[in-house]
Amino acid sequence: MARSTGKDAQALFHSLRSAYAATPTTLKIIDLYVGFAVFTALIQVVYMAIVGSFPFNSFLSGVLSCVGTAVLAVCLRIQVNKDNKEFKDLPPERAFADFVLCNLVLHLVIMNFLG
Amino acid sequence: MAAAAKAGEATLRHAFGNVLSFFILLLIGVLAFSIRLFSVIKYESVIHEFDPYFNYRVTQFLTKNGIYDFWNWFDDRTWYPLGRVIGGTVYPGLTLTAGTIWWLLNSLNIPLSVETVCVFTAPIFSAFASWATYLLTKEVKGAGAGLTAAALLAMVPSYISRSVAGSYDNEAVAIFALIITFYLYIKTLNTGSLFYATLNAIAYFYMVCSWGGYTFIINLIPMHVLLCIVTGRYSSRLYIAYAPLVVLGTLLAALVPVVGFNAVMTSEHFASFLVFIILHVVALVYYIKGILSPKMFKVAVTLVVSVGLVVCCAVIAILVALVASSPTKGWSGRSLSLLDPTYASKYIPIIASVSEHQPPTWPSYFMDINVLAFLVPAGIIACFLPLSDASSFVVLYIVTSVYFSGVMVRLMLVFAPAACIMSGIALSQAFDVFTRSIKFQLLRILGFSEADAGDGSSANVVPENDAVKVDKSEETIKERPSRKNKKKEKEQMEKAQAEKTSAKSKTEKRLLVLPMELSVIGLLLLVFMGAFYVVHCVWAAAEAYSAPSIVLTSYTHEGLHVFDDFREAYAWLRHNTEVDDKVASWWDYGYQTTAMANRTVIVDNNTWNNTHIATVGTAMSSPEKAAWEIFNSLDVKYVLVVFGGLVGYPSDDINKFLWMVRIGGGVFPHIKEPDYLRDGQYRIDSQATPTMLNCLMYKLSYYRFVETDGKGFDRVRRTEIGKKYFKLTHFEEVFTTHHWMVRIYKLKPSKNRIRGKMKKSKSRTSTPSSKRSGSRKKNPWQ
Repeated sequence: MARSTGKDAQALFHSLRSAYAATPTTLKIIDLYVGFAVFTALIQVVYMAIVGSFPFNSFLSGVLSCVGTAVLAVCLRIQVNKDNKEFKDLPPERAFADFVLCNLVLHLVIMNFLG
Repeated sequence: MAAAAKAGEATLRHAFGNVLSFFILLLIGVLAFSIRLFSVIKYESVIHEFDPYFNYRVTQFLTKNGIYDFWNWFDDRTWYPLGRVIGGTVYPGLTLTAGTIWWLLNSLNIPLSVETVCVFTAPIFSAFASWATYLLTKEVKGAGAGLTAAALLAMVPSYISRSVAGSYDNEAVAIFALIITFYLYIKTLNTGSLFYATLNAIAYFYMVCSWGGYTFIINLIPMHVLLCIVTGRYSSRLYIAYAPLVVLGTLLAALVPVVGFNAVMTSEHFASFLVFIILHVVALVYYIKGILSPKMFKVAVTLVVSVGLVVCCAVIAILVALVASSPTKGWSGRSLSLLDPTYASKYIPIIASVSEHQPPTWPSYFMDINVLAFLVPAGIIACFLPLSDASSFVVLYIVTSVYFSGVMVRLMLVFAPAACIMSGIALSQAFDVFTRSIKFQLLRILGFSEADAGDGSSANVVPENDAVKVDKSEETIKERPSRKNKKKEKEQMEKAQAEKTSAKSKTEKRLLVLPMELSVIGLLLLVFMGAFYVVHCVWAAAEAYSAPSIVLTSYTHEGLHVFDDFREAYAWLRHNTEVDDKVASWWDYGYQTTAMANRTVIVDNNTWNNTHIATVGTAMSSPEKAAWEIFNSLDVKYVLVVFGGLVGYPSDDINKFLWMVRIGGGVFPHIKEPDYLRDGQYRIDSQATPTMLNCLMYKLSYYRFVETDGKGFDRVRRTEIGKKYFKLTHFEEVFTTHHWMVRIYKLKPSKNRIRGKMKKSKSRTSTPSSKRSGSRKKNPWQ
């Protein structure tokens, strides 16, 4: 049983990797960006757990900045993904402009909130 | 050629429709604005009621001192001796809005007073709210329904009651913010555009600024997202609509000082975070499902489920621990009383004592939304016929708001827009079916081919529903007949449900065409019903909801009487007392006293400190001496009571007195409610308990009352008062208004020690004697 699940998992990883290798480079870059943002958020959470959350608004704005960036990047990825039929008539330039605007608002708010 | 001509005709019709709806919207805005001006015409351009006076005062401060002083404003003229940090405890949306309008007008060299701007803020924003309703309903069911809903909202009595000119309260702008937030959410959901998501977050920010009711939004939207996920309607548009809103919205909400860290610390907001996490899991699952073959996906599911369950349990355990560790489980009293309607009456008398926090009665539904109450079910059914993401949201909105309006009268206000949207959908679809079947019948009579008629009608529909997806239009046409049936039947005596469904399927077979006579009658009935609604709304706006409640009028056979006692009393205070004198009254009059009389008050309508209010309640329900001591320790110079016994003004202090006893007794147990009740009945006549007849409130209200008519007949309680002749030893009457509605007493200064002793012994002998004389004189009259 354990062996079969192990085998399954291996097969799964293989197919996942091969499927992912087919994604375009631009999307991969966005994925990297998302991963980096999430990783930064995790670091901050760990730091908060060790050191304490004293300037709570700083912690909050730090983590939410990372989470927000990641979420917005995911949205961008959804919109520019060619496989996604829902956004066929949305040009990638428009999607990117929206993304920049949203990020601008997000980081203006964060600068305000940073304390 | 023919096709080109037809297309040209369609665009022409389209353009014509757009211009027409623009003018209709303009008229709706004018209607929404002008129907709220009755109060200005019938009375004058004044701020109404209680809370608006506070908002007005804050706006004055804002316009005078600027925004930075406003944030740091510590108000020492209220809640004496504690004071109140206004900048950090007030929802600033309304004041900032009015302040901005005032500043804008002034910089354009239009010198309006702050008061004028404040008075007209609510009508202006109700026009905006009806336009927002148009947009929202258009996203859900097309432009026709949007226009109908906007017209309905422009004059729905429930909303009028909170937004007549002069009613300068948070709800005035909050309803607009609420609707526009919902609209932008739906718009984002329909288009999947990040731009609208940003706007949505900003609209949500405005809502958070404006009203505590924003928690409704931040719980309703996650509920809808969850509903979509559970019913398998997840789409990447849903992710774009929700995920940025949570992150941006939380940050923006935390910017508002009154919310602050509550945006992440209280459990009103936890639902949104939980759904945020769930949404990400679901999004990941859908993504992996997309890139894997079905077989591999099954393998992945079995693997992930086993691991994921463990993780989920851990997360839930952490969340539960977090919630349980926060006080009151992280819920504020008002929200708890929403979930458990009996909570407030059990634990927090101060919340229960406010009449707008009581559950509504059935007549108030009819009064406040009138015929909409009957149209709502039809609208819900119409929403289900092609269930889209948008229409499921509206259904969820109405279901939750019906519940909330049933808990608190005040939340009828949240329910009203939902009811308008639903009724707008119902009405417009009904009209659609009736007019279409009339058209079909006419064409058939005139001998045209049916195909032509079909083309004409569908061309009619499509330009109207530009927002609705084309693939849906076929379905909508099909569902209309049933919709129609329902409508008609409702008007015609509400037939049994079974009949409805059978009739529905029949008409579906007949291609939605109803007999000519039936549709004409149905159309007439609908118009008649709409006319009835309009008449009711105008009546409600003119008669029921326009009274400013600081100026009262009454009609008698002698003509119109105006009772302007409140302003008379506040003006007296303003002109005849020292600037730093403290005035004690029940908290209802706190805001007005600070705003109109500019005197320091002990408690006001903010009610943030229950103990302080209980102290005043205790003083009012204590005998004179004890009350004097309490007031003296609070540095009070004047005591103000509102008394309606002479002119029959029912919401006076004697009628509110039991709440003072309850709230006072909640903190100071020596005040016991049964002491004031005779056999469980609240009475002030000769059967009243001695505690009641000797408490300060009774004495201040009825002092010298018997001199007015010789009998002391109280017109509110419709009885003669119990104790007619008595003297005040520690208070002296300094001012009583023309109709005795406000009476102001001054605390007598404490006497010198030796004289005080003599006085005391004297007063001791004199008080019983006056009592005796009172009772002696009472008997012959009875």
